[in-house]
Amino acid sequence: MTRLSRGTRPMFTSKMAAECQRVDRSSHSMDKSITLPADEIFRNLENAKRFAIDIGGSLTKLAYYSTVQHKVAKVRSFDHTAKETEGEPLYEISMQEEVTARLHFIKFENAYIETCLDFIKDHLVNTETKVIKATGGGAHKFKDLIEKKLKLRVDKEDEMTCLIKGCNFVLRNIPHEAFVYVKHADSEFRFQNTHPDIFPYLLINIGSGVSIVKVESEDKFERVGGSSIGGGTFWGLGALLTKTKRFDELLQLASKGQHTSVDMLVKDIYGGSYGSLGLTGDLIASSFGKSATADNEFSKEDMAKSLLHMISNDIGQLACLYARLHNLTRVYFGGFFIRGHPVTMHTITYSINFFTKGEVQALFLRHEGYLGTIGAFLKGAEEDTPPMLPHSLGTTALSHPRFDPNQYSWGENYAGSSGLMSVSPDLNPMQRTRSGTFDMLEMDRLERQLVNLPLLQDPSSYIPDTVDLSEDALAREYWLYCFEEALDGVVKRAVASQPDLPEAAERAEKFRHKYRHKLQTLRQQPFAYGSLTVRSLLDTREHCLNEFNFPDPYSKIKQRENDIALKYFQKAIKSLEELSWEQRQFALVRGLLAGNVFDWGAKAVSDVLESDPEFGFEQAKRQLEERPWLVDAYDQWLERLKGPPHKCALFFVDNSGIDIILGVFPFIRELLCRGTEVVLASNSSPALNDVTNSELQILTQRIAAMDLVIQSAVKEDRLTLVQSGSSSPCLDLSRLDKELAGVVRERHTDLVVIEGMGRAIHTNYYAMLSCESLKMAVIKNSWLADRLGGKLFSVVFKYEVPPSHKTTTQDHVPGTPS
Amino acid sequence: SFIYCTFPWFGMDIGGTLVKLVYFEPKDITAEEEQEEVENLKSIRRYLTSNVAYGKTGVRDVHLELRNLSMCGRTGNLHFIRFPTQAMHRFIQMGSDKNFSSLHTTLCATGGGAYKFENDFRTMADLELLKLDELDCLIHGLLYVDSVSFNGQPECYFFENPSDTQNSVKTPCSLADPFPMLLVNIGSGVSILAVYSKDHYKRVTGTSLGGGTFLGLCCLLTGCETFEEALDMASRGDSSNVDKLVKDIYGGDYERFGLQGSAVASSFGHMMSKEKRDSISKEDLARAMLVTITNNIGSIARMCAVNEKIERVVFVGNFLRINTVSTKLLAYAMDFWSKGQLKALFLEHEGYFGAVGALLELLKSPEEA
Repeated sequence: MTRLSRGTRPMFTSKMAAECQRVDRSSHSMDKSITLPADEIFRNLENAKRFAIDIGGSLTKLAYYSTVQHKVAKVRSFDHTAKETEGEPLYEISMQEEVTARLHFIKFENAYIETCLDFIKDHLVNTETKVIKATGGGAHKFKDLIEKKLKLRVDKEDEMTCLIKGCNFVLRNIPHEAFVYVKHADSEFRFQNTHPDIFPYLLINIGSGVSIVKVESEDKFERVGGSSIGGGTFWGLGALLTKTKRFDELLQLASKGQHTSVDMLVKDIYGGSYGSLGLTGDLIASSFGKSATADNEFSKEDMAKSLLHMISNDIGQLACLYARLHNLTRVYFGGFFIRGHPVTMHTITYSINFFTKGEVQALFLRHEGYLGTIGAFLKGAEEDTPPMLPHSLGTTALSHPRFDPNQYSWGENYAGSSGLMSVSPDLNPMQRTRSGTFDMLEMDRLERQLVNLPLLQDPSSYIPDTVDLSEDALAREYWLYCFEEALDGVVKRAVASQPDLPEAAERAEKFRHKYRHKLQTLRQQPFAYGSLTVRSLLDTREHCLNEFNFPDPYSKIKQRENDIALKYFQKAIKSLEELSWEQRQFALVRGLLAGNVFDWGAKAVSDVLESDPEFGFEQAKRQLEERPWLVDAYDQWLERLKGPPHKCALFFVDNSGIDIILGVFPFIRELLCRGTEVVLASNSSPALNDVTNSELQILTQRIAAMDLVIQSAVKEDRLTLVQSGSSSPCLDLSRLDKELAGVVRERHTDLVVIEGMGRAIHTNYYAMLSCESLKMAVIKNSWLADRLGGKLFSVVFKYEVPPSHKTTTQDHVPGTPS
Repeated sequence: SFIYCTFPWFGMDIGGTLVKLVYFEPKDITAEEEQEEVENLKSIRRYLTSNVAYGKTGVRDVHLELRNLSMCGRTGNLHFIRFPTQAMHRFIQMGSDKNFSSLHTTLCATGGGAYKFENDFRTMADLELLKLDELDCLIHGLLYVDSVSFNGQPECYFFENPSDTQNSVKTPCSLADPFPMLLVNIGSGVSILAVYSKDHYKRVTGTSLGGGTFLGLCCLLTGCETFEEALDMASRGDSSNVDKLVKDIYGGDYERFGLQGSAVASSFGHMMSKEKRDSISKEDLARAMLVTITNNIGSIARMCAVNEKIERVVFVGNFLRINTVSTKLLAYAMDFWSKGQLKALFLEHEGYFGAVGALLELLKSPEEA
């Protein structure tokens, strides 16, 4: 696949820079020579299939759909019918090319349009596309230019329809899309959990005017009201009052002003508060009320501030009146008045709080600026899709240019997305505009459709992550440091995983550069991709590794460990069977925990493993903390085991090798013996040394071949392997494979086991399930151990029973502990 | 059998911008009374009734005078006087100069200024104010004036044919059976009340975009100095040079949402462009300011009416004084956006009800009080 190699990727040339300068002069703005590396903008244009453009007053947002070809690690079982020979690995690993779908969104200043169109024209090779969907006020103005340059027919779409479509799409596909803004807080952005049902909601779009739209479902929305007092009023009146031309500069003025010299406050009229009505003295009674009578001059700053308050309050008040009339509590704000401006986010938030007495929170969106273009793009995609065509997964749908993006789940690619720009009011507005010159959002189409785990007690309040690093500065400091420290090792391992590819070292360096840059960005802007969490740091690393074609740096290590562990499987089972029932239950749990010590993802462990390859299973057991553990519900679990068996256990597995083979398999084998069906959920694609679904398929076959209990369970479908839909070392129970959810429901799953630090501590530690659950992990990070009040290799063994659920576990056939 | 209150009878409403004063001039003074009447009381009466302007800024709205009114067993004329709140200290000084405190009358005052200036009245003029709640006074005053009628004519009016602001006709009507009503009081700021009976009401909301905003911004934008001046400019201006209309954006109606091309999409939206800013007239700016503020009040009032399930919306307050542009626009907005469900009503004594309500408190018999 040399066609896609980075070397042939078009670069922004000096010719293009010259063109930029030409555009520059004509648009009387600052120097805008493009210095961004070509790798980072208009990526994958070669295979771009469908375009949409949203041209606003100052920014253009371009969208296209493209395919990305990248390496994936595949495992294939050797034929083991013949007696296996010493030293032969149980499966082979191969690198294959895979094509996946990606949505690209790019935002740039209107001044660049012509340059960008030329660039696209030059590099658009394989497209069959004839039409570009367009929306936004400027679409009309640039219609001829687009048609001339791209030879695509411009097809205008209704602005509001696009906006709503885009809004639905981001709310559904991007966790932490919405946030509330809290000025002066440690983290100004409080990201919201996406409610499983995004409808109904109110969208207040504050452009030059205000539109208030009630959205009830995917296709049903209504403009319920609006107001002519909007961003245009602030800008127009502000320019008249202060002789300041730019919107940004007006906001800047406002943030420095004092409105009390211009506005008539309640205390100016009453001398204090208006107690009987509960109106405080500082409340504005009449905006600009002092400017009619006072003879003195007012400063630009003060007038701008007063104007900002006046308009924000007015919009907030109307929003509340409409929210109340339609009985809605989810109110999102968008439009250029809001977009990335902390000043307006703050005043709108304040106003909503005031008028609803805190009952409604003003919500903002991370990708608000992209809604129009996303919507226009989706509109085009829908029109291309014959409604009756069944949607098959994989290559069929990909090679077919028609597809409906709403049929899939999409995920924000952290490697290719710029994230939320810093919006610090101290930043010079010029600088801010510039740094946002080429803002990008990339979304990967996920193989599987993702849904909630049906066993979440309250999906709307479920938060996967245990610690929000954007709010916990100390924890943030530590983890950012930790990931930066670990970077050398990751690079080394990545290179080592591809010994046959000489350019791997170069790619690994690029990865290092990119991930380090991301870490630096996150240090400055922890809110860039929603709440910063250990999970997001891990996922960002995976995205960056994939970006540079290191799909599975641990493949060889996992292979070797799986090999070694398999050899001990039968011996381990035999020694367990020699124990009494009660001893065995404890040994199974200890085995599971000891297995979990083997985790290359944790620095403390990888140090030990690298220096002492003999570090074995038995040693791991000795490392474990003695009971009572840091969190110890073992006695309750043992009591429970004396009762009837569970109907079905869903087990989220963790690492390859000893963990899965000597820890998990004996444990689930016991459950199977008790008459409990078992569903093993593993990652769909690689992350660290976590066992993937395809690896687990092979391992299960091999174990079944030597163990009758597993064999019959597989045969009788009492042991099922499912994909989690995830490719993270952590676990988001609100984004799981739809098929998994189906299996869980069908089998009346009544026990969920979550194993490992990533899945049971970094995430889900506080997750409330509607059935019994076990959360097990060994803490392999001294900082975290310290935080939780334990020490290195402390054990967390959490057994939880939902309060209302105790009786239903008695429903099943009583079993006898053997 | 009446317990007469000592003259003079005043009711005062001290707002953020204007002080509203009502004065009852007894016309049934007997010769005996006349003889007993102290000199400074006489001089106050003469001063107020023989002038239509006081100092540089005080004005008596002669056309609003209620004649041959019977109040508390006496017959007389009720006079309506206003002056800027800025002149409050001069007014108190005058009270002191005329030795008002010797008259032993209670000075009933409402509005925020009753609180703000209470101490000044005490220290500068040795006068104690009876402070009254402004919303109570507003409602009581309104209901009273409506009940006594405007010299035989209805106090209340509406606009016939509101959908055509060019040709809508002011039509007197009665406010009989007035409850429930949404009362929108547009002074410097705006208060919106849902009134269910004489003493049962709630303040639904308010907005700081009121008459003070119109005048304040007009002064800044056009250099004008008075409300009259601002309104006069507005009457000659064209707001479509300032506002961005739906048709300016969509070329016509925005049919998808049933928005007419002539609807304002963005108030002052054209002023984002430098060329347009440089060529705009003061008159157009004043007109746009007036339309913006008025439409916004209309919009909030309408939403409140719908939320409170009230169909009758009564607009009062001095912002509506000599302001037919706004009254017609409000009538239009209520009618149009509610598809004829809501009805806008107006009252002739727009801004004076608080002051009348304060006077009524003075005249309450002790049993009632």
